[in-house]
Amino acid sequence: MEKTYPDAYMESLKPPVTSIGVIGWIRFNLFNGAFNSILTIITLLLLWKTVPPVFKWAFIDSVWFADSSACRGSDGACWSIISANFRFIIFGFFPYESQWRPLLAMTLLFGLLFYSKDRNHWKKSLGYAWIIGLIAMGMFMRGGIFGLAPVESAKWGGLPLTLLLSVFGLTAAYPLGVILALGRQSKLPALKLLCVLYIELIRGVPLISLLFMSSVIFPLLLPEGVTINNILRAQTAIILFTAAYIAEVVRGGLQGMSLGQYEAAESIGLNYYLTMRLIILPQALKIVIPPTVSILISAFKDTSLVVIISLWDLLKTSKSILSNPEWMGFSRELYIFIAILYFLGCFSMSNYSRKLEKELSTEN
Amino acid sequence: MNQESSERTNNQTENGSMIEIIDMHKWFGEFHVLQGINLTVHKGERIVICGPSGSGKSTLIRCINRLEEHQQGKIVVDGIELTNNIKNIEKIRAEVGMVFQHFNLFPHLTIVENLSLGPIWVRKVPRAEAEENAMYYLDKVHIAEQARKFPGQLSGGQQQRVAIARSLCMNPKVMLFDEPTSALDPEMIKEVLDVMIELAKEGMTMIVVSHEMGFAKSVAHRVMFMDFGRIVEENTPEQFFENPQHDRTKLFLSQILH
Ligand SMILES: Nc1ncnc2c1ncn2[C@@H]1O[C@H](COP(=O)(O)OP(=O)(O)O)[C@@H](O)[C@H]1O
Ligand SMILES: [Mg+2]
Repeated sequence: MEKTYPDAYMESLKPPVTSIGVIGWIRFNLFNGAFNSILTIITLLLLWKTVPPVFKWAFIDSVWFADSSACRGSDGACWSIISANFRFIIFGFFPYESQWRPLLAMTLLFGLLFYSKDRNHWKKSLGYAWIIGLIAMGMFMRGGIFGLAPVESAKWGGLPLTLLLSVFGLTAAYPLGVILALGRQSKLPALKLLCVLYIELIRGVPLISLLFMSSVIFPLLLPEGVTINNILRAQTAIILFTAAYIAEVVRGGLQGMSLGQYEAAESIGLNYYLTMRLIILPQALKIVIPPTVSILISAFKDTSLVVIISLWDLLKTSKSILSNPEWMGFSRELYIFIAILYFLGCFSMSNYSRKLEKELSTEN
Repeated sequence: MNQESSERTNNQTENGSMIEIIDMHKWFGEFHVLQGINLTVHKGERIVICGPSGSGKSTLIRCINRLEEHQQGKIVVDGIELTNNIKNIEKIRAEVGMVFQHFNLFPHLTIVENLSLGPIWVRKVPRAEAEENAMYYLDKVHIAEQARKFPGQLSGGQQQRVAIARSLCMNPKVMLFDEPTSALDPEMIKEVLDVMIELAKEGMTMIVVSHEMGFAKSVAHRVMFMDFGRIVEENTPEQFFENPQHDRTKLFLSQILH
């Protein structure tokens, strides 16, 4: 008897069928009113016209693993251009027989990134793991020790280079940006002026010109015989550029903090450094997670600009395949593939930031 | 009787003064906000400051822990003069507790983290000990069950009691209160005042900016009236409220009493 009571109770509360479930959803979202109904029908028609042909091109008529002549005979997509040139797209000119090394380095990187996703793992030991990991990655790429054949950095390319430029660039630019933002708020006029000048100058020029400067003008200023690695120069330009934008976003977050927070921190005797580290930055940086991630995402995509100073990043290795007469004309497939790779990178960043934001906001 | 108490305070000036302010002036730009403040507060003494809005009460007590900088005169706290010496300022701030009108708890930290932060980072107390101590003071302000919550989940009165406990965790020699109940809903004022009265009973040295007359009568040794950047009148609470001397004090009292 006791058991039947709650069931009966639940039943009596069920809403009418037309307002729940699939039908309710469709009625409510797609056909509520004449205008929306018309829009829905037009959209359905457009989808009907476009999706099937694209699907047919990409999946039904397509050629996946064959040579280029097979591709030319088919109406569909030639995904063979990717499968046949996969290792060059990904690794560029890295010596063929040693390509397991960048592969291992990337695996290590993804492993570390994946492990770092969980905030419970953010401890000192994780910092050490990153340092050791980065050294190991560098070792795999460069070689020259433990019997690994040395590979000069001019031969680094493809996905490892893109990842190297982005991961190093973003992780170095973020703290630099925060420091610049704090400097811009400083009470010391000289420091403040310096930071303002830096931020405004860098934001006043496009990244391309910074990259040119770093590769063309910068060497002119160096003494004869001293050369700086091309990748390092590009890396520096990306870091300096991104940091200026981060600084402005962080400044916005700092300005959003109430004076009372500073005063409360000071009145229990915290010094400037501790006030910033324990009270102000944790709150300010949390507020600016969304705009910060936008900047990081665009910086990630902007690493593709390094082609102009003849670094062979992912985009460049792919493009160079198109100049091979055998594969000429299949640019669509190739660019779709590269776009998917970039999308995965950007999407996981923004996804992660949303998760982080949610986690942090439930805390108060 | 008045004579007696002033003699007593005079005797203590030599060795027992906690705060000594001598002819202190402060300007905000051109605006002369504090115009020659003289004030000595002895160990264990409790002072209530009242006065119209804008008279400089907040500025005065904020000068005592250097949230504001005075430009002329002298402020000595527990034997240390307030100068630009940043180490001295940090030392004094650790000894002087401050409770704000708007609580100013750290919203990203739990209540117990709010309390243990200062001891851990400033006093270098081990975390476990600091948290134990935090629980002791939370218990004292009758709010121990909220320890793991965040400030945003507490009522105003509860937040202000947490703010008091946060200051107490630093084991301060003086407590400054800047209108601690004026941002609270009426039904919460009493719970905060009760905590302050308990604190007074334990002999804490306190300077309280407040218009709560009942509180002033029950705990203050002296009540001061400020107007236009000066201490216009000071007296024992009985004399101050029964028999105000200056016209401005009379006017002010008639306004807050209606
Ligand atoms: N940071 C500041 N800059 C300029 N003027 C200020 C500042 N703080 C307070 N004042 C002014 O100083 C006067 C005294 O302020 P305050 O000490 O807060 O008064 P009270 O607490 O007695 O209401 C007010 O007229 C106020 O406008
Ligand atoms: Mg005030």
